[in-house]
Amino acid sequence: MSERLVIIGNGMAPGRMLEHLLEQAPGRYTVTIFNAEPRVNYDRIMLSPVLSGEKAYEEIIIHGDGWYIANNITLYKGHKIVAIDRTAKTVTSDHGVTEPYDKLVIATGSVPFIIPVPGHDLPGVLTYRDLDDVQAMMLAAQSRAKAVVIGGGLLGLEAAAGLNAQGMDVTVLHVMPTLMERQLDPAAGYLLQRAVEQRGIKVITKANTQAITGKGKVGQVELADGTIIPATLVVMAVGIRPNSALAKQAGIAVNRGIVVDAGMRSNDPDIYALGECAEVDGQVYGLVAPLYEMARVAASQLAGNEAAAFVHMDTPTKLKVTGIDLFSLGDFAEGEDRQEIVLRDAAAGVYKRLVLKDDRIIGTVLYGETADGAWFNDLKKKQTDISEMRDTLIFGQSYQGGAPLDPMAAVAALPDDAEICGCNGVCKGKITGAITAKGLTSLDDVRAHTKASASCGSCTGLVEKLMVLTIGDKYNPAAVQPMCGCTTLGHDEVRRLIKAKSLKTIPAVMQELEWTTSCGCAKCRPALNYYLVCDWPDDYADDYQSRFINERVHANIQKDGTYSVVPRMWGGVTNAAELRAIADVVDKFEIPMVKVTGGQRIDMLGIRKEDLPAVWADLGQAGFVSGHAYAKGLRTVKTCVGSDWCRFGTQDSTGLGIRIEKFMWGSWTPAKVKMAVSGCPRNCAEATCKDVGVICVDSGYEIHFAGAAGLDIKGTEVLGLVRTEDEALEHIVALTQMYREQGRYLERIYKWAKRIGIPEIKRQIMDDGDKRKAFYERFVFSQKFAQVDPWSERVSGKDKHEFRPMASVGFAQAAE
Amino acid sequence: MNWISIGSLSDIPRRGARCLATPEGKVAIFRTQDDQVYAIDDQCPHRGGPLSQGIVHGTAVTCPLHNWGILLETGKALGADEGAVRTIPVRVEGERLFIALEALASRAA
Repeated sequence: MSERLVIIGNGMAPGRMLEHLLEQAPGRYTVTIFNAEPRVNYDRIMLSPVLSGEKAYEEIIIHGDGWYIANNITLYKGHKIVAIDRTAKTVTSDHGVTEPYDKLVIATGSVPFIIPVPGHDLPGVLTYRDLDDVQAMMLAAQSRAKAVVIGGGLLGLEAAAGLNAQGMDVTVLHVMPTLMERQLDPAAGYLLQRAVEQRGIKVITKANTQAITGKGKVGQVELADGTIIPATLVVMAVGIRPNSALAKQAGIAVNRGIVVDAGMRSNDPDIYALGECAEVDGQVYGLVAPLYEMARVAASQLAGNEAAAFVHMDTPTKLKVTGIDLFSLGDFAEGEDRQEIVLRDAAAGVYKRLVLKDDRIIGTVLYGETADGAWFNDLKKKQTDISEMRDTLIFGQSYQGGAPLDPMAAVAALPDDAEICGCNGVCKGKITGAITAKGLTSLDDVRAHTKASASCGSCTGLVEKLMVLTIGDKYNPAAVQPMCGCTTLGHDEVRRLIKAKSLKTIPAVMQELEWTTSCGCAKCRPALNYYLVCDWPDDYADDYQSRFINERVHANIQKDGTYSVVPRMWGGVTNAAELRAIADVVDKFEIPMVKVTGGQRIDMLGIRKEDLPAVWADLGQAGFVSGHAYAKGLRTVKTCVGSDWCRFGTQDSTGLGIRIEKFMWGSWTPAKVKMAVSGCPRNCAEATCKDVGVICVDSGYEIHFAGAAGLDIKGTEVLGLVRTEDEALEHIVALTQMYREQGRYLERIYKWAKRIGIPEIKRQIMDDGDKRKAFYERFVFSQKFAQVDPWSERVSGKDKHEFRPMASVGFAQAAE
Repeated sequence: MNWISIGSLSDIPRRGARCLATPEGKVAIFRTQDDQVYAIDDQCPHRGGPLSQGIVHGTAVTCPLHNWGILLETGKALGADEGAVRTIPVRVEGERLFIALEALASRAA
């Protein structure tokens, strides 16, 4: 029988330990985890991008539910262990679950330090520790009100930047004279303060918080010098302390943290501790790299390798605020026996400082340009004598030995044991070795096999360069396929950053996201135009020059340069007057071809561009509006005759189709959207191969989606059954809005659904009423700006220049 | 060389084009983001698509029919595609635009 291993805490350290353990001693233990947080293991380092809106929670999950099931691990979510009985060898949770153990691992992490000023317990005072804190902050940020962050260290600044990105007016209070004084010298601290202030965040240093006051909730923060700062949200980010209360209560030796030996074992030989709650050799740790090292050691010990031992190491610090590059490592205090090399470039906002002792680097501060961090770290770790290159050292690796300024060469020149991924302690040799040995060709594979760049991601660029160096062209960085040649960002990243940074014009997107071309290309411009139309319906001015010709002139271009025109026939229903008007237009403009489309419309082909406004004017007289047959938007809702005529019809499918079409026409979507409503399961409207389809049944409306009948053929998926027409409309609209907000430009619904997952879409649209309502309302809001008939606008003179030649030259009459 | 006035710069939208009717067919007049003006035949060397209807980016246009990229300065296809469309001299005098008529006439010959 296998031994019982119980783990208290489900953070990154025990998660990593389990990965190692499952690899080294599969099946040796039956594992049970108690997590006080009601969720799986996620990447806490990435909470700041979640707060700023650059990432979603789903993107930072390390182990999803499936992982626990696949590895036969029992995870109690939301269970806090309240007692350890070392005699009986059991633990007991606050929900009353008692679990026996043979080996116990305590990984309770840390608790944020709360300054015990008056008012510290008022509602509205938060810490910055877990996802709950982030969600509470994001909720508070919706008020767009004032926030105060107490603490100008790593966490405090990331919280401030996140709240600022969420639209809050943020003030940072820092008790020391310069920001991040533990990692930065005063000069770099000053540059950092300036960069933070340029983002619109106020910074007050030497700020001594005296009280937080307010009536029943936070209202203001008072400083010792009498300054009063109004605030509805206060985030305390002044530090953490090991969470060792449970261990102490169980009689385990505790100092600052739970005291463990180099093998992560406490004074009880069956109890280990690791992570932020553990104290090794008098030190406690907060950065991920040493914690992962602890995880490695603990796993080896549990697997039976008693020689595994933890060794102290310095870890570089990086700030995860988009646009601020900062790197700090080691000891940079001044001293008699130390020299320094400093480089300042005020114009570029660059500051670099190396602290040397006996011709060896002992400390590094880089601000504004951090590419050489890995190299300096390597020189420091190896105690390299730098006297030979002292004059050029500060300029970085590429200046040494006359090597060219090629970032590839710099990476190629790194020795095999140079550390690439600081979070996971992965060196170059391990990465290149894994690439070669396992034939890895994608970034995701390298992450899976080596963990390099799998935590904070800041070394992704280095890892990618290593892949290119190792396998050349076989490396296809398509893991994130860039939108086009103008950027390295993929569609999802661009969409997220448009929201996170409130970018509201195409030039702003290109400037902020560092487009490599001056005004984009025919691939990215239409995509950006759609994303901006979708995300800022009220603010964004549609850029017609970034639309494909069909959407620019509201007709479909044909191979000979003429256009086709499709008037809207709601639900595919027409009448004598409409047909007569169409016949008249066909005669008057000598339209060579009239055809019925697959979406139950009439298409007139071969119209000269110059004639379009006149054609539309005549059609408009008969009550026609644009059929949007050219749009990446709602095209048609196809219907059958339903209960009004058909002897099998169960509901008014024609009426519902018309209702959907009248509600949703004019909306832009990532790619075209075609719908259908069938009045019974015989499905005469062919609803089960549409982007969205409805099959009416006696008990209501079965909503389908994600079908395809084009390049790919695919039957729809069932979203769910609703009872009333109103509900059917609400669900369809919400689904479409979800797709509008998440789809990549030109990605049809079925491809989007495959990427997101059918269950997730069902969860958000069928099960989560609040989410559905919110999607629905955002769609309704954007329709206020979208439902304008483009044809009548142009009949009235909009974009006149599109439809007539600029001039006629060279003709006989012109030459006279 | 005979320069004929064809209108003013503001007749053409930035990153856009207008057509010029001539006895031999249409000529496309392009205006870039930074107000450079180019004239080329309104016929893609690939399948004759109307280049004036394409999306203008930098000093290139993408044909609306099959996405060939054409460099406005030289009329040559970009990338792996091979082919060229004829360019016609344009002059910008302040706001006014002029095109060289001989170039047009010689094309008819």
